[in-house]
Amino acid sequence: MASSGTRTLVRGRIGELVLRPDGVPKVTGAFQFASDLSREGMAWGVTVRSPHAHARIAAIDVSEAAALHGVLAVLTHADVPGRKTYGMEHHDQPVLAWDEVRYEGEPVVIVAAVDLETARLAAARVRVHYEELPVVTWDDGIVLRHVPIRHGDQEVSAEVVVSGTYEVGMQDQAFLGPESGLAIPAEDGGIDLHVATQWLHVDQEQVAASTGLTLEQTRLHLAGVGGAFGGREDVSMQIHASLLALRSGRPVKMVYTREESFYGHVHRHPARMRYEHGATRDGRLVYVKADVLLDGGAYASSSPAVVSNAATFAVGPYRVESATIDATVTLTNNPPCGAMRGFGAVQVAFAHEAQMDRLAAALGIDPVDLRIANALTTGDRMITGQLVEGPAPVAELLERLRAMPLPPDTAMLPSDQRDLPGGLANVTHGEGVRRGVGYAIGFKNIGFSEGFDDYATARVRVSLVDGAPRVEVHTAACEVGQGLVTVLAQIARTELEIADVVVLQADTLVGSAGSTSASRQTWMTGGAVRLACEAVRARLHELSPERHVEETAEHHHRPTVPLDPVTGQGDSVVALAFAAHRAVADVDCELGLVRVVEIATSQDVGRIINPIQCEGQIQGGIAQGLGLAVMEEIQLGAGRIRNASFTDYLIPTVLDMPTVRLDILETPHPLAPYGLNGVGEPPTIASTPAVVAALRDASGIALARVPVRPEDLTTSSSSVSSS
Amino acid sequence: MKYSTTLNVNGIDYPVEIEAERSLLSVVRTEIGLTGPKEGCDDSECGACMMLLDGKAVNSCSYLALQAQGHKITTIEGLSEGDDLHPLQANFLEQGGVQCGFCTPGMLISASALLQANPSPTEDEVRIALSGNLCRCTGYDGIVKAVLITAGELAAQGA
Ligand code: FES
Ligand code: FES
Repeated sequence: MASSGTRTLVRGRIGELVLRPDGVPKVTGAFQFASDLSREGMAWGVTVRSPHAHARIAAIDVSEAAALHGVLAVLTHADVPGRKTYGMEHHDQPVLAWDEVRYEGEPVVIVAAVDLETARLAAARVRVHYEELPVVTWDDGIVLRHVPIRHGDQEVSAEVVVSGTYEVGMQDQAFLGPESGLAIPAEDGGIDLHVATQWLHVDQEQVAASTGLTLEQTRLHLAGVGGAFGGREDVSMQIHASLLALRSGRPVKMVYTREESFYGHVHRHPARMRYEHGATRDGRLVYVKADVLLDGGAYASSSPAVVSNAATFAVGPYRVESATIDATVTLTNNPPCGAMRGFGAVQVAFAHEAQMDRLAAALGIDPVDLRIANALTTGDRMITGQLVEGPAPVAELLERLRAMPLPPDTAMLPSDQRDLPGGLANVTHGEGVRRGVGYAIGFKNIGFSEGFDDYATARVRVSLVDGAPRVEVHTAACEVGQGLVTVLAQIARTELEIADVVVLQADTLVGSAGSTSASRQTWMTGGAVRLACEAVRARLHELSPERHVEETAEHHHRPTVPLDPVTGQGDSVVALAFAAHRAVADVDCELGLVRVVEIATSQDVGRIINPIQCEGQIQGGIAQGLGLAVMEEIQLGAGRIRNASFTDYLIPTVLDMPTVRLDILETPHPLAPYGLNGVGEPPTIASTPAVVAALRDASGIALARVPVRPEDLTTSSSSVSSS
Repeated sequence: MKYSTTLNVNGIDYPVEIEAERSLLSVVRTEIGLTGPKEGCDDSECGACMMLLDGKAVNSCSYLALQAQGHKITTIEGLSEGDDLHPLQANFLEQGGVQCGFCTPGMLISASALLQANPSPTEDEVRIALSGNLCRCTGYDGIVKAVLITAGELAAQGA
């Protein structure tokens, strides 16, 4: 193997164009998503959910359902043998509700039957008697966590002051493959659960606690995941399918319908924000005051971490002497909210970037110049007092973005109807169409923060197969579509100089890898694979046909501390990542129709590990940012979801998605393996405010809420005041 | 009440006993056991379930299985011949058109129907042809490129 002298490097190392190993099965239809699994004698599970946002459960009668031919189990809260509640940080959510339901769609009863039709029929025959209770929404929620930040002199004043209020609607992850899994009872009395998830070990702990099984008896295996984006970090059907399998003695499969999926996972927190920015007349930011209110919905989920992010990143990537931030998340009877790509940072970016544009207008300074003049850089302090030690190329990203060419103004000379707002609906031929350009930049923490011991585990084995070395990489890190399996193999090839690398299916038979979230997996599990490979490499001389070499390693990132509960100060984050966006949009100001012509982005990724996948994260993240800007919102009325379908909850189609112009910067991150950085979330942070800035530029309307609807853009209905 | 019928999927006749209201998607996935076509919405909105019916792309979730009798049904499993990938499949991979892959079977079916009907589409024509297929991961760029590149390759081969 790796000996001295000349050697040819194996192909497929980091930085190279490597195709995903699960790609061929994915294009031939052979790849097994969780919803494709089946077993001999498999039964189907179905969930009975609350139709009310808040009600007392007076009685549950399952007799009629249980009597139906083919029904194997009908379970209520009384049948949960272990802990009756679950939750990632707080165990506050009932596995099955008992005295009260706190949101529409909350699970109350679960049913297993020999086939799906029978299970659905039985579910319809479950009688739950509810007494409705008052629905708590925005204004009277119970405070779950308040994060204050008091940075610098709190008694400052400034020559120029701008203020505004902003709102972000509730976004859905809308992953295309609904929640699903298959629980198989095992001979040892335990369970093998094959499930589409983001974090096997946190699911394992919760399944074990509620089923009463030991961790050893609760084995989770990653099944094919049809996208995640934060929506699979919380438990959905995991405990339910396991309980039904244990009770019926049969493999039980559960697959949510699309409608059910809207009730079955947490959403992006909607936000209401009030901001005040003060600056000197020559454009130096003096202070930022912000009140950020997030609606956490009925249960805690990851709200404490989301509100912490909202506070920490409230002013954006700018240097500011004084900050007074109060970020609060409340419990209400709305659907529970939790992790979604860019969590916490997305909401505040919409506000801080609108404020920077307002300030630029008030000062008569170019909005990009104002941002550059106040750009955060290495050696500055964040508003939490934390020193920015890693790269912070805010000014450089903005300069590069501005230098990128603008698209030709086709709307001035329409050559093709499809290029106009409204497209083939033929509503305009160019009259009333105005073009706007908007810039925004955002940043976010990579990895888990505030004292969480964030680590990942990897086991690497080298053995000789027919005389040739083969590497097996075993982790519990979840491939959710982003391409982790590709990069883990690239890392192993790079470290061991062995071409034949197999990344095993993730499961809980190896130590935790932590969550596939917070843009952390390539850094954390990639780091663990690297360490395990280094340990294996030191022992490769032991390798023989009879003897493999195996090592397990854990990669921890540098410790962080919780934010001080009074001042919000503390070194709470490990690393930061930055991306800037420029949107060009045409607006039909009479009809309020929008065509986003182009989104350009410059993003610092630390180091490109896989060029196709890196670009794929950026493209896909921008699509979700565009969605939040102009189309996506879960519409609520008294706690009820009014648009739980793809007919009514619209996500960008290929016709909505503009060309994306990419400029990828590689500033090696000193703390990360290979100098890489998280890539997945930054694209969703500033893309939304950039699009809205372009719409403001085109329409002249203040646009204080996303998603922007057509009626917000028609000049006649312009009522939003600019301060 | 169940009806006996025969469905021709990817060139093979499958006799099935099914209720009248069963969708083509559900019968192909559960009775015939081809799970390549996906259910993303069961509502004609996402395109993950697309199959070819005599060469035309249909949302199989909203198509009654009994109506498919006598037609040639092609699923994603029937797109490639033997071990060789269809050029669309290879280009989807090379252009980054696949992430989670849940949309991929439907996308490939729509794209192949397009190229059969219109072997040299413009980018706008590609986008219109794929507008019934949602993808939440990729932002569509790699998918559109893959279809255009495939069209170019097929034209070069034909020339
Ligand atoms: S499952 Fe048929 S269109 Fe979505
Ligand atoms: S690749 Fe995930 S939905 Fe398209």
